[in-house]
Amino acid sequence: MADGAQAVDLLTQRFGAAILEHGSFRDQHWAVVDPKAWRAVAAWLRDDPATRFNVLLDVTAVHWPDRELPIEIVAHLYSHERNDRLRLKCRVPDRGPVDSLTPLWASADWNEREAFDMFGVVFSGHPDLRRILMSDDYTDYPLRKELPLFRG
Amino acid sequence: MPARIDTVTDRPDTLTINMGPSHPATHGVLRVILELDGETVVSCDPVCGYLHRGMEKIAENRTYLQFIPYTDRMDYLSPLAANVGFALAVEELLGIRVPPRCEAIRVLCAELSRIGAHLVWLGTSALDLGAATMFFHTFKDREWHYDLIEDLCGARLTTSYTRVGGVAYDVTPEWLARLDAFVKAMPGRIDDYESLLTKNGIWLKRTQGVGKLTAQQALEFGVTGPVLRASGVAYDVRKARPYSGYEQYEFDVPTGIEGDVYDRYLVRIEEMRQSVRILDQAIRMMPQGPVNVDDPKIFLPEKRKVLTSMEELIHQFMIVTEGFTCPVGEIYHSTEVPKGELGFYIVSEGGKAPYRLRIRSSAFNNLASLAKQVQGALVADVVACIGSIDPVMGEVDR
Repeated sequence: MADGAQAVDLLTQRFGAAILEHGSFRDQHWAVVDPKAWRAVAAWLRDDPATRFNVLLDVTAVHWPDRELPIEIVAHLYSHERNDRLRLKCRVPDRGPVDSLTPLWASADWNEREAFDMFGVVFSGHPDLRRILMSDDYTDYPLRKELPLFRG
Repeated sequence: MPARIDTVTDRPDTLTINMGPSHPATHGVLRVILELDGETVVSCDPVCGYLHRGMEKIAENRTYLQFIPYTDRMDYLSPLAANVGFALAVEELLGIRVPPRCEAIRVLCAELSRIGAHLVWLGTSALDLGAATMFFHTFKDREWHYDLIEDLCGARLTTSYTRVGGVAYDVTPEWLARLDAFVKAMPGRIDDYESLLTKNGIWLKRTQGVGKLTAQQALEFGVTGPVLRASGVAYDVRKARPYSGYEQYEFDVPTGIEGDVYDRYLVRIEEMRQSVRILDQAIRMMPQGPVNVDDPKIFLPEKRKVLTSMEELIHQFMIVTEGFTCPVGEIYHSTEVPKGELGFYIVSEGGKAPYRLRIRSSAFNNLASLAKQVQGALVADVVACIGSIDPVMGEVDR
């Protein structure tokens, strides 16, 4: 179905150097965005008539401790109009910050809170960034790779 | 699970109360902090995390097959649907497709568990609003559905029925005949449920105009499933992105107009009828042939052969102890479970366990819209709204 192929093409034309990398696996296309352009790219994808990604399905993060920019934010967008999906990523330093997508989609609220809770990454502009699944007095960020599953 | 209650407004004339975490109307360990002006909700903060078991972390430390039992414990009212969703996601990562018979069996599983989950929703959400009779009717039929699941895979709740590349056991003609009897009886049963509620004056007063979400609001919150469809958006993963051969079956996607609790009720009732339709077609169209993929590196060999042949014994030993390797890559795959879109985002570094497994929970995103729904509503309406969102905390917290 070539999810997001057309959108990635449009993104590279429209934003050029702000699209740092793109690729695909099993016909699912993804693009890595410059964190400075994170919210602008997302807003354009939401509003442009050619893309119309009106739903933010999910926001999460992946921890790559060996990389220079160890936190990768991953957002999944969906367009009802075109029945298309796109995976949008951006790479940021440990603990962020990265622009929050809450001004664009209400669904970013809880999902970014969870990413903060699990990875300690700060979303700037988030109205209510506090833990959501772990308790308030918990000090670690469980999905970070240095944290073992069992502590003996 | 933040214990703070200072996120509500600072008005001196309001009363802050806790609903839950152990309150019968919150359907599990959900805590809702309500700030009230008289009986009117000024602000609402749903607090989740009481059932957080860290499944995404656990997945990074388990082989793909070992994670299947954990999917039972996400939405524990429809474990089969999550089993199917996870197996499909790993198969997408591997780039394999199961034989047609297996796909049809998985459709049976998904639709049977949709009916089961909706029966729980109908019984409990009606009970919350005082219609206690409904509970006894739906739980009687849910018992029937559990008997069928037990006959299918030996367990009622912890089914762990799917495997990557197949299912644990084939279905028998006798089981299909028993399922057929259930399918034949359900339309009449659903008529009976409707006779209790659909035109019931108290039910209408408690549900109509309550918890309204416009289509735009629902989309902004990433709401999926019956809650989104009740707001008039005909989005169903089974139609938008058919998997397991759903494109072969005839069924409708019911939608509502008002996006209130009553429309969610109507949508779910109609979804049960549509599930019955799909089950009926799947039973009659059940293909013959192999059930599981023929790949000894991925799929467990037959037990009979394991006990008699050296090679199969080795394959079983390797799959169970070491698992199989997935290619380097990342995929997102989602299925339509009873609560909405359940997605798995798997990042593989080529190992035997995922580097990262993200569970895009339908109930989590749907529950996030609760505060919006109850803004300015009465306390009693909060109960109706929670029931109509139908959150299962096992899937919210994961």
